[in-house]
Amino acid sequence: MTKSGLIEKVAEKTPHISKKDTEVVVNTIFDAMTDALKKGERIEIRGFGSFQVKVREAREGRNPKTGEEVQIPAKRTPFFKVGKELKEMVDGEPAAAAAGGERVRA
Amino acid sequence: MTKAEIVETIYERVGFSKKESADLVETVFHIIKETLADGEKVKISGFGNFVVRKKNERKGRNPQTGEEIRLPARRVLTFKPSLVLKNILNEEPVGGGPGADS
Repeated sequence: MTKSGLIEKVAEKTPHISKKDTEVVVNTIFDAMTDALKKGERIEIRGFGSFQVKVREAREGRNPKTGEEVQIPAKRTPFFKVGKELKEMVDGEPAAAAAGGERVRA
Repeated sequence: MTKAEIVETIYERVGFSKKESADLVETVFHIIKETLADGEKVKISGFGNFVVRKKNERKGRNPQTGEEIRLPARRVLTFKPSLVLKNILNEEPVGGGPGADS
């Protein structure tokens, strides 16, 4: 599912809100999250997970083509840690086992 | 930042009531979760991709007792940040400039 697919689904679930507004809402959510990470803030969405910016230290690398040594500067990288509820949902237990319905063996 | 603060941002920037803003934010995360639970990936351009990966069963070891254990096959969620997001976070060099280490 892409962002437009997500907007589509949100619009289906909220028929009283225009699709245009739904799009603005979805974009605003990810813009707000991006802003927070840019400020170095941690984001915690209960039941979903948390995002945090970590710093990767500078290191020496090598250009694989030329074999030349290069300095790789320190970089910030966003990290996501999946929340307990979503982790269990994805692994299919117990949420999906209950919602997934049919099992092969009765 | 928490979900409540995201709701607040929607309320301020988009102009829905607090109740509507809360419902919308809840719906967005609910749909993302349901999609991932179905094993489908969610790609948010400019932010990143949430991908469900299958891990095969493997043998592990309890690091405390040294006992061999079987780690069953499972599905895990990974997040691959978009290049756009990574670039935004690195607009200023690490450790450089005043206020960089807040």
